[in-house]
Amino acid sequence: MNFAVLQFPASNCDQDAIHAIRLLGHSARYVWHKENSLGAADAVIVPGGFSYGDYLRCGAIARFSSVMQAVKQFADNGGLVLGICNGFQVLTEASLLPGALIRNRDLQFHCEHIFLKTATTVSPFTNKIPPGKLLRIPIAHGEGCYYADEETLARLKVGNQILWQYCDANGNLTDTANPNGSLRNIAGICNERRNVAGLMPHPERASEPVLGSDDGKWIFESIFATLEKKNAAQAA
Amino acid sequence: MKAKIIITPKKAVLDPQGKTVQSALEQMGYQGVAAVHVGKYIEIELAPGADKAAAQKALNGAAHKFLSNPIIEDYRLEIE
Repeated sequence: MNFAVLQFPASNCDQDAIHAIRLLGHSARYVWHKENSLGAADAVIVPGGFSYGDYLRCGAIARFSSVMQAVKQFADNGGLVLGICNGFQVLTEASLLPGALIRNRDLQFHCEHIFLKTATTVSPFTNKIPPGKLLRIPIAHGEGCYYADEETLARLKVGNQILWQYCDANGNLTDTANPNGSLRNIAGICNERRNVAGLMPHPERASEPVLGSDDGKWIFESIFATLEKKNAAQAA
Repeated sequence: MKAKIIITPKKAVLDPQGKTVQSALEQMGYQGVAAVHVGKYIEIELAPGADKAAAQKALNGAAHKFLSNPIIEDYRLEIE
C-alpha cells in the first residue's frame, strides 16, 4: 500500500509516520503542503507537529493549504485519512471531523504513555485491534482536550463514531485516566462515513518493541487490512 | 480605519486560562471577581479609503470562517 504523509512547515512527526509504515512493510512518501495533488495514494496521514507554528489556533492555517483541498477531495471520494495529534486538530479545523481540540484542562503539555480503550472495532482504523486489548501509546500535546456540543456528542455516540477513549490500566474510563479533560474521555473519533479518523495519541511512536510498545501498529494494520480488502474487491 | 476583533471562549467551553487568572486575582486580594474569560484580540488596519460596510461584511465572513472557530469561540467585530 502507498501512503501519502503530509508535510506542513513545523510538522515534526512526519518522519516517524513514514518510518512506522515502512517498517510494517508498506510504502510511504512525503507530500509538501504546497502541492495541489496527492499523486497515487491509497491513504493519507496528516501527521503531528505544530503546523504553521500553531498560530491563531492549532490547525487553523494548515486547513487552508493547497494540499488540504486535495485531501478534502480524496476524503469526499471515500479515501482513508488518518490525522494524528496536530493532524487531528487540522482535520477538525477543516470540518472533516466534528468538534474541536482545546487547551488541556490543567494548561500543561502532556508527554507520557496513556492507555486507550477501543470503543468499536467496526472501522477501517480499528478492525485489526484484538478485542479487549488496551493500547499503550504515548501522547505529546498541549491542546488535546476534545470538545463538542451535547448534540454532536450524542450523534457521535449513536453513530458509533467514538473510536478510542482514555482509560486506566484496567480499561476503566475514569477521570484520573483522562490526561487533558476531553469530554467522554474521547481520544479519537471518525466521521459519519467512517473513512476519516483522528486521534491525539501517537501510534507511529509505538509501532516497534524497541520503543517500549508496539501497540500502535494495530491501528496501521487495520488500515492495511481495509485497503487490501478494498483492492481485492476492485480486482475481482 | 481599524477593525477590531475580540474573540472569547464560548460559555459552555472549559476555559482553564480564565479560571487560573481568576484564582490568581483572588489570591492577590481583588474582590468581587465573578468570572474571567481569556480570549484573543486581533487588530486589522484597513487600507485608506476602505468602505466601512464592505469591510464589515468581508471581515464578518473571515471572522466566522477563519479568525474564530465557531464551535468553541464567540467573536465581536468593531470597525472604527
